Amino acid sequence: MRFSGVAAYAALAFVALAGSGAIAGKPTPDPAPAKTEAPKPLPPGLDPEANPDPYPSTYRPTPSPMVAIINADILDAGAPEIPRGTLLMADGKIVAVGPAVAVPEGAKVIDAKGRTVTPGLIDPHSHLGVYPSPQVEAMSDGNEATDPNTAQVWAEHSIWPQDPGFQHALAGGVTSLQILPGSANLFGGRSAIIKNVWSDTAQGMKFPGAPYGLKMACGENPKRVYGSKGRAPSTNMGNVAGYRAAWIRARDYKRKWDDYRAKVTRGEKADPPLRDLQLDTLVGVLEGKIRIQNHCYRADEMAQMIDISHEFGFHITAFHHATESYKIAALLKREGICSVTWAEWFGFKMESFDAIEENDAILQRAGACVTLSSDDENLIQHLNVEAALAMAAGNRAGLAITRPEAMAWISLNPAKVLAIEDKTGSLTPGKMADVVIWSGDPFSVYSVADQVYIDGNLAWDVRDPVYPPKSDFMLGQPAAIAIAGGAS
Amino acid sequence: MLRSLIIAAALFGPSAALAETLAITNAHIVTEGPAGEIASGTIVVKDGMITAVGASITPPAGARIIDAHGGIATPGLIAIGAPIGLSEVSEGVPETDDSSTASDQISAAFDVQYAVNPNSLVIPVARLGGITDAVITPGERRSRATRSESLMFNGQAAVIDLGSGMDLLRKTQAGMALDMGEDGARRAGGSRAAQFVILKALLQNVRDYEKTKANYDLGLSRALSLSQPDLEALIPVVEGREPLIVSVHRAADILQVLKLAREEKLNIILEGAEEAYMVAPQIAAAHVPVMVHAFEDLPASFDQIGATLTNPARLAAAGVALAIENPSFYTGARTPRVDAGRAVAHGLPMSVALASITITPARIFGVADKIGSLEAGKDADIVVWSGDPLEPLSAPTAILIKGVEEPLRDRDLDLRDRYMAIAGLKPAH
Repeated sequence: MRFSGVAAYAALAFVALAGSGAIAGKPTPDPAPAKTEAPKPLPPGLDPEANPDPYPSTYRPTPSPMVAIINADILDAGAPEIPRGTLLMADGKIVAVGPAVAVPEGAKVIDAKGRTVTPGLIDPHSHLGVYPSPQVEAMSDGNEATDPNTAQVWAEHSIWPQDPGFQHALAGGVTSLQILPGSANLFGGRSAIIKNVWSDTAQGMKFPGAPYGLKMACGENPKRVYGSKGRAPSTNMGNVAGYRAAWIRARDYKRKWDDYRAKVTRGEKADPPLRDLQLDTLVGVLEGKIRIQNHCYRADEMAQMIDISHEFGFHITAFHHATESYKIAALLKREGICSVTWAEWFGFKMESFDAIEENDAILQRAGACVTLSSDDENLIQHLNVEAALAMAAGNRAGLAITRPEAMAWISLNPAKVLAIEDKTGSLTPGKMADVVIWSGDPFSVYSVADQVYIDGNLAWDVRDPVYPPKSDFMLGQPAAIAIAGGAS
Repeated sequence: MLRSLIIAAALFGPSAALAETLAITNAHIVTEGPAGEIASGTIVVKDGMITAVGASITPPAGARIIDAHGGIATPGLIAIGAPIGLSEVSEGVPETDDSSTASDQISAAFDVQYAVNPNSLVIPVARLGGITDAVITPGERRSRATRSESLMFNGQAAVIDLGSGMDLLRKTQAGMALDMGEDGARRAGGSRAAQFVILKALLQNVRDYEKTKANYDLGLSRALSLSQPDLEALIPVVEGREPLIVSVHRAADILQVLKLAREEKLNIILEGAEEAYMVAPQIAAAHVPVMVHAFEDLPASFDQIGATLTNPARLAAAGVALAIENPSFYTGARTPRVDAGRAVAHGLPMSVALASITITPARIFGVADKIGSLEAGKDADIVVWSGDPLEPLSAPTAILIKGVEEPLRDRDLDLRDRYMAIAGLKPAH
């Protein structure tokens, strides 16, 4: 029994080594016996690598028609504006964009004269579904505020897909978003990246193939939440000690699994470590599979977090809120870290006391990555106006922010933060046909989203109350007579 | 001695300076007054007041000219419902926040006039949003002690200007704030069925107190359920001299509040009023004005399941006097103008939108003799804009408060300039 097992593992080890050629100076073992039985997998749920996607996306776009939007002013992320252009989409993808695109026969033609076409907007910081409307205690599921480290919780397990906020965000042109756990904890849990499509399950909204994020939080929130309970952390130094202790445990856990797998590979007997969901998530970060989404306001705290990332060997994808990013723009550029910001919010806490309207523009001109975000169920409906406010503040400072740059703050740049920029976030042919037709200039407060397409399918139409389907919660409610009341 | 006088003069700055004679020329003037809109005209300002507005006005000799270069001039905007000057850092620094109390003795008597800090750093920030005046209302009572939680009234509002002087008060006791709906019900033990009863009893207490003050002072009156300062503060309310600002949300509650006001002969203002459009004709018939948040469109609570962005437009269409409130203070201190624009995107006529942040709130709070429109005889609270004042891309190019031109600076810009220099960023123009 024992022997046969070892022989099987040894066979596997040979294949692996031959393939990698990694072990120099060691004699190549003789070819193993012919018996090449695979090692027995661990029982379901015990091996974190056996099923890395246990709650998979079930979203499958329905087939979409060929649609040509003609005579549209096209405002794409970071691309020259095209006046009176055409956008062609088919089979859920963008096919062509330009001043003179031939419209194939059979395409449904939409005349967008006087209107503007942009990519679907992306909000990289939302709590829709986990803090849904109505805001009642019974469904306040965004913060597992029972321990400063809850890296084991996943936002998708709190998402209530019937949150009417999703449909309102859609009316504001938002087609993809990241749902984050709250910021009570040093490690708040995994984020969920979703498409803003109607579904009765969270799985039905999940963005296919998008990686997980891990919410971390600096500063006042964790130390207030736990300090007030008479436990650590209660100070910023307590926060940092908490992060470091967690990463030490994560490194140790990873070492144990690596050792275990190496032994198995060598055909040795090995007991698997006990799977730990919290450490699985942290190891996912160390292996570059999960992206750090770090709530952090102050410049000095961001600099500390960067050193922690160097100490333990991981990368911070983005600082969220990041009200003081403008103070360390060069450092953020060097580190390749994005800032996920607000245009206007300031002064509500000490850590937002130095928030300025020009944050985004300064980061942009300093060559650092920057996006806007909402963190709010009302603001998410008006991200286009946020971009306009931030652009205008930058231009008053003489920073010459262009309209396509400001558009990138609410489309392509957040797509980069979420690692979905190869699939959506701009009007590049081949990408998902996530498209908004605005009634006018999206940087005007008077404009509304006339139509929104997701994967080429009409998802919102200001003139047709059929789009989108209402949340179950809103059926039979008095607002049914009012909710679709966009531009009158 | 001389040195200290110079320092004093420097400290008091523009407020101590006599307001100069000014003329804003080449302005597209939206007066919000009887003169309507003037495509190109001049506004003359003397001793802090507007002395003339019109298309063919010649600036007086010696007046300093502010050339608007065709820009739009409007009355200074009036922020309502924000604790400007009362609160510096709302979360985590409660000692800087005087906008509410948990006292078990003071509810109706709470009076924001004593807590205004003219050196608040928030004032210049709001000013750069074109806001020259504000109706500052008490926030929801902080819950602490049980008795404190059961007190109904939030206290009294004031109207201030946002100039750089040390005395900003324009009007005190401008309104008495009261929460109804879920928030009010909570204070009445959890049900609005109790709150209306308690409220009527309280108002009767005030009337009894007013009639029998001598007995009260002798200790001969029956027990009254409010402290004496609270009873005193409510006298102008029961007499209809001071408006009761009622935060209320669902349509059924609004009708109950209208009925209560009718029965008790109260002068009321509805606040929040997310479902007001459902009962707009009744509100209009009662001549009750409404303060709304223009961005509220979610069923945030069961009190506002029917919230919609079309609420302002529908109220205006029904003839209801409409004031658009500041969004949450810290998230939108600069941008109530953009909120008014948002209501336009959802059907509110543009002229009503601008009125809802200028002349209408001035009328609602009884200060329209001084502010809210550009008319001879009113205080010179004027903003010149780089473009349409409701658009996010626009900004003030000149701000006058009581005839003093305020600098276009705030702490934000100090930080901006410091860190642009550190980053080696230079303005492109």
